[in-house]
Amino acid sequence: MTDRLESREKVTGAARYAYEYPLENPAYAAAVQSTIAKGEIAEVHADAALRIPGVLAVLSCENAPHLHDAGDAELALFQSRTVAYRGQFVAAVVAETLDIAREAARHVRVDYVSEPFDVRLSADDPRLYKPDKVNPVFPADTEQGDPEEAFTNSAVRVDATYTTPAEHNNPMEPHTTAAQWNDDGTLTLYDSTQGSSPTQETIAQVFGLDRTHVRVIAPHVGGGFGSKGTPRPNVVLAAMAAGAVGRPVKFAVPRQQMFATTGYRTPTIQRFRLGADADGTLNAIVHEVFEQSSTVTEFAEQTATPTRVVYRAANRRTAHRLARLDVPTPSWMRAPGETPGMFAQESAMDELAFAAGVDPVELRIRNDTDTEPESGLPFSSRNLVACLREGADRFGWEHRDPAPGVRWEGRKLVGMGVAASTYPAYMRPNKATARAEEDGTFTVRIAAADIGTGARTALTLIAAEALKADADRVTVEIGDSALPQATVAGGSAGTASWGTAVVRACESLRGKMNGSVPPGGLEASADTAAELEGRDAYARHAFGAQFSEVEVDADTGEVRVRRMLGVFAAGRIINPKTARSQFIGGMTMGIGMALMEESVMDPRFGDYVNRDLAQYHVPACADVRDIDAAWVEEADPHLNPMGSKGIGEIGIVGAAASVANAVHHATGVRVRDLPITPARLLPLL
Amino acid sequence: MDSEVTPVHTEITLVVNGTEHRLRVDTRASLLDTLREDLGLTGSKKGCDHGQCGACTVLLDGRRANACLALAVAHDGAEVVTVEGLARDGRLSPLQEAFIEQDGFQCGYCTPGQLCSATAVLDEADRGWPSAVTGDLSADPVLDDDEIRERMSGNLCRCGAYMGIVRAVREAARKTETEEARA
Amino acid sequence: MRPFVYERATSADEALRLHEDGAFYLGGGTNLVDLMRLGVEEPARLVDVSRLPNGEIELRPDGSLLIGAAVSNSDLAADRTVRESHPMLAQAVLAGASGQIRNLATVGGNLLQRTRCSYFQDADKPCNKRNPGSGCPAREGEHHNLAILGHSEACVATHPSDMAVALAALDATVHVQGRDGERTTPLRELHRLPGNEPQRDTVLDPGDLITAVEVPPLDIPSRYRKVRERASFAFALVSIAAALDVEGGTVRDVRIALGGVAHKPWRALRAEEALRGAPAIGEEFQRAAEAELDLAEPLRDNAYKVPLARNLIVRTLTELGEQS
Repeated sequence: MTDRLESREKVTGAARYAYEYPLENPAYAAAVQSTIAKGEIAEVHADAALRIPGVLAVLSCENAPHLHDAGDAELALFQSRTVAYRGQFVAAVVAETLDIAREAARHVRVDYVSEPFDVRLSADDPRLYKPDKVNPVFPADTEQGDPEEAFTNSAVRVDATYTTPAEHNNPMEPHTTAAQWNDDGTLTLYDSTQGSSPTQETIAQVFGLDRTHVRVIAPHVGGGFGSKGTPRPNVVLAAMAAGAVGRPVKFAVPRQQMFATTGYRTPTIQRFRLGADADGTLNAIVHEVFEQSSTVTEFAEQTATPTRVVYRAANRRTAHRLARLDVPTPSWMRAPGETPGMFAQESAMDELAFAAGVDPVELRIRNDTDTEPESGLPFSSRNLVACLREGADRFGWEHRDPAPGVRWEGRKLVGMGVAASTYPAYMRPNKATARAEEDGTFTVRIAAADIGTGARTALTLIAAEALKADADRVTVEIGDSALPQATVAGGSAGTASWGTAVVRACESLRGKMNGSVPPGGLEASADTAAELEGRDAYARHAFGAQFSEVEVDADTGEVRVRRMLGVFAAGRIINPKTARSQFIGGMTMGIGMALMEESVMDPRFGDYVNRDLAQYHVPACADVRDIDAAWVEEADPHLNPMGSKGIGEIGIVGAAASVANAVHHATGVRVRDLPITPARLLPLL
Repeated sequence: MDSEVTPVHTEITLVVNGTEHRLRVDTRASLLDTLREDLGLTGSKKGCDHGQCGACTVLLDGRRANACLALAVAHDGAEVVTVEGLARDGRLSPLQEAFIEQDGFQCGYCTPGQLCSATAVLDEADRGWPSAVTGDLSADPVLDDDEIRERMSGNLCRCGAYMGIVRAVREAARKTETEEARA
Repeated sequence: MRPFVYERATSADEALRLHEDGAFYLGGGTNLVDLMRLGVEEPARLVDVSRLPNGEIELRPDGSLLIGAAVSNSDLAADRTVRESHPMLAQAVLAGASGQIRNLATVGGNLLQRTRCSYFQDADKPCNKRNPGSGCPAREGEHHNLAILGHSEACVATHPSDMAVALAALDATVHVQGRDGERTTPLRELHRLPGNEPQRDTVLDPGDLITAVEVPPLDIPSRYRKVRERASFAFALVSIAAALDVEGGTVRDVRIALGGVAHKPWRALRAEEALRGAPAIGEEFQRAAEAELDLAEPLRDNAYKVPLARNLIVRTLTELGEQS
């Protein structure tokens, strides 16, 4: 139970985030967004803005320097006249102060030649296509057996369509960059990023620099939840602006502008079919997903991939269809794929339980599997059943009367729901160094990121264990691309991937030390690339069971979550204190997904209109009454030296379905379209 | 130059964490930007700049307020306490300690606002201020978990540290009460 | 934000003198500064009226309240007298915004805050309220939280204040100092329905300054209830301020005002009329609520507000009846 190592800095305001570094004579940038959804920029009128005292420069497609292709067209800032979505950055103003920059941005007039556009996602859109792969490297479609036939012949069938809306990550710290070009031509970026090394690499490519000529500094990051996993246009904008004015430039994307420019979770339409025997044993699973990307890049969310992992069934089909619409570009958001996909699957399982008259916990246990259904691979470890049993026990599930819509407390209806969760245990190659000093202290270096996950603390504990040293003698340096190259804080792979490199570096150091440290200290390094090549073939996933109890006001349709419990099997838990917060944080975001989060697209304008935190609701303190997380002991020798799986994302995966299932149990109403707001629920009560 | 676009400046005084500052500010400047950009007090955070997240919460003349919505010029002469001013002589306040103990934060970006807000919540409860969940408005409210949750709802935390935040405020309230009883 | 000249007024007379074309009065700034930063409001001059000598709450011998316009929302809700004499008003204030916003916000400013319609707040989109004649995209767009009552072709916005809903139920009057001197206006007539001039939220003239709100005594059970999409810190979907006096099973007096349903706090006079003298039973509450909501003209995506408002009326009156 170790406190976060940076706790004191965070509670005293000393922890610096990207906008907060003292820079010599900084200038401030403000961006201009496209007011059309599709077309060409005819002309950019910068004169009025340039006349404002304090304005230093206006950048746009008419004067921007040439940038190089870094494989992400979102970063080709001001490189063409084409407008691909409403809200796209089309110009930027740099000025002496933020107030001047923002005001001047309003005086930049852009003339457009507008074209017809379409931002509507529908399951019958003729432009839907099968992408070559879904993120990151999965096939778009899979099929086993004869799912149609098996479904048709099943005694109990569920055939339902579920939808999830576009959702925005909304980290509390906006996407922020402070950029400074140095006298030697190198670029320093203080950036709000989930990965200083990947950002370094990408931005170096964009500006045609050697990787080592860009340094990205990010010791503290105010959340990301996927949206800071790859650099967004704000990084390029700040660097370009700094180059244009020859001064450091700071740029934080205003909250309203984040809704178009910093990514979001694609809306999904999901048809889910389950065919089972009378006792609920599954014969057929069919999961068809419709989702969107922009015309800028293909981002294909892996929504049906968990359906390939969780339950046994001889016949199965999963399919993804993508529409490239004139919308802002979707991106990573906490447990991409698993989160919307498992909402559909676990809602459908609840419908099946009801239809078959089987207890929802028992139904999931009954359909457990020893091997990963599609690959046939053994699981490195799988304890879904243990999570379900432990959770049911702790939550008081045995007292649950299965009848929906019958438990009244005054004018409130009360119910309980369950859902399974899962998330892959990924590993990525990383480098690290470990250094011993004569005084018995150690320094471990790796360009990892702590975006609130507790990574700095976990890596310190991991290093101390590997060094057989007290943690207070070990310093772990992270959050700087000048450190050994590391992968992104994403895919719940951070601690496992970085930790492995840290362990290997520490082991190597101990080998060199041979009990003593020579004058001047000793250093060792590690690179885990080769180690990851030769891993045994296992299906590696974390699992969990999530339980919710809700109350529904029968007069107003307001849903409040009274209790929520998640029990997880995620390998070894490195630091229980921060791990618990990760799980609970994921579940809290799951309450948001279940009950309030929805980005509303106006098809006539082409943008998300509820673009601030007063209109896009995330859970407030009062929405979280009682959330608890627990885990089952899981010793898995096939993962990594720590025996850990990721924990940052699985907490959200089953949360929304557990709430929706509890709403059904409370009211008898099945809401298949998230979020479950009074507007949706009340008319059905 | 066109008066519509020429910045208007004015001199103000702010007493921040006990130190008096004489400043020349753009009338448009928020108290938040003034603290962060002019005084280098970057503990107060900008999450939304529209009073919708609470990350910028400071104590303004003794009361919690969104520094992003407060124009610096309108608070000439004000006393401001930011997160940097909560610890005394390097000693953390009971709330700061409780936030660490209860893991009342993850990324830390909302934390300064949470702490300033919580500091005021304890004070408001002391003064008998009610909240939207206070059952009997004629009585002094008791700062139970429902009250804490409601009173802290102006400070959003996207990491979802609310469970820890509520525990921390509860613990700090208890500790403060005990200390007061002793005194 | 457009540059502006800032002036601090120390008296109402001075405020009026300082106010000239293009000027706005500044209270707590919780909405005005927000709108200026969005480019929705562009005053050339701000006249700060938050420190006028009208920051007091006075309980008068007849039981009425005189609330200075510069009183903060927090002080209003925390005031022991208000909590005892007009609990519905304290509840309404506490239901609004957050603790830190209520500290900044003033009573006068609260009444004059503007709609939170998405389109009004986006200076790059048409909006008849912001830019008369440009059209109302909300009518066919995102309007799930907009008006069901009293809207027009030109505007379907709602008034966002909670406090004003309680004040409408309480028959408050607003003290206004204008260029032609002082006058009072019933709060129910302060805010307008949008009609063809949605740019005008209220009946006030340029330069008019709200100096106080007068609230008659209330000695019957009352309460404020707000329905929203999260448990706190959100604008109302529908809210209700109600008071009910039952004697011998018969309704002697009743007040009902709804928030979140119209361009102004909606006093449900039809429902009140239907109830006076009627038996204080659920069927009558239901009938009265329906009489009022017969006037509703829901939009494509906000029809749920009709049963929501109806249920709120019935539920709140039922609870007040049990209390009475």
